[in-house]
Amino acid sequence: MILRSLECRFLTIALCDAAEPWQLGSQDAATPMMQGIIDLHHDIFFFLILILVFVSRMLVRALWHFNEQTNPIPQRIVHGTTIEIIRTIFPSVILLFIAIPSFALLYSMDGVLVDPAITIKAIGHQWYRTYEYSDYNSSDEQSLTFDSYTIPEDDPELGQSRLLEVDNRVVVPAKTHLRMIVTPADVPHSWAVPSSGVKCDAVPGRSNLTSISVQREGVYYGQCSEICGTNHAFTPIVVEAVTLKDYADWVSNQLILQTN
Amino acid sequence: MAEKPTIKVETTPGDWRFPSANQTKRCFTCYIEYNKCIEAKGEGSDECTKYAKCYRSLCPGEWIERWKEQRANGTFAGPL
Ligand SMILES: [Cu+2]
Repeated sequence: MILRSLECRFLTIALCDAAEPWQLGSQDAATPMMQGIIDLHHDIFFFLILILVFVSRMLVRALWHFNEQTNPIPQRIVHGTTIEIIRTIFPSVILLFIAIPSFALLYSMDGVLVDPAITIKAIGHQWYRTYEYSDYNSSDEQSLTFDSYTIPEDDPELGQSRLLEVDNRVVVPAKTHLRMIVTPADVPHSWAVPSSGVKCDAVPGRSNLTSISVQREGVYYGQCSEICGTNHAFTPIVVEAVTLKDYADWVSNQLILQTN
Repeated sequence: MAEKPTIKVETTPGDWRFPSANQTKRCFTCYIEYNKCIEAKGEGSDECTKYAKCYRSLCPGEWIERWKEQRANGTFAGPL
């Protein structure tokens, strides 16, 4: 199984947009946001390895040299100004180098710089999701709304991922700025799609905004990420990114279906 | 078969008054602005369309329904 997972990571050309068995790393980025998160992870890992090597070396050296056999009489140094200054300043500098890219990413994810082209409301329920596309309606009632339920465990067809597939996917256009409005109708939920770098909590009575711009067409899988009751594990999210033209076709088809 | 409606891909633009992730107040504000607008300019006025687009895009359908009910019962919390 591990071999199969490694094969999926390194030998296939298809990008990884869903959770896999034995997965250790992130899923492949589909948005600039996720690319930023992966890059930040790698940046911080550089410092992490540096610190790990340095601390391990100190530990091993201390154990090697200062024990009963090699040094029977312990030294009693309890104070050293120079080393104390160094060991305070140096970690602060490291933290600073981690903080700069971290804050830069945080604020770039938060800031809504461009006007979005589409608003999609993801409404969490126990235990399914309702999606509302209300940009195209001219009254309160006729909005394009559908429920998205999981495919039951004993029901998936060949090629479908167990407990990740839904009956109605959220269709979005690729390379377009999207505004997701996330809110629940009962208890807290969370709308999370790892490949898009989004994990947005759905808090009752509040609507949260998160912006995404999917860079490539594909199907992206995510799961509810806030414990919401018995069927929390059976509340997946599937985003299908298509071209802008296909998206427009899909919307007009859905509108016809809803009016009939 | 019904005539295929042409889809114009556009949504309500961002609002500098509500720059944070929490858009609850924005949806509520748009809803009030729309209703004040149709009170002042009359139902179906073109100037009110942008407010209608705003609250329809941002408010969950359930909230809009609930507010409608509350307004009918006279228990709506906003200044309407
Ligand atoms: Cu959940």
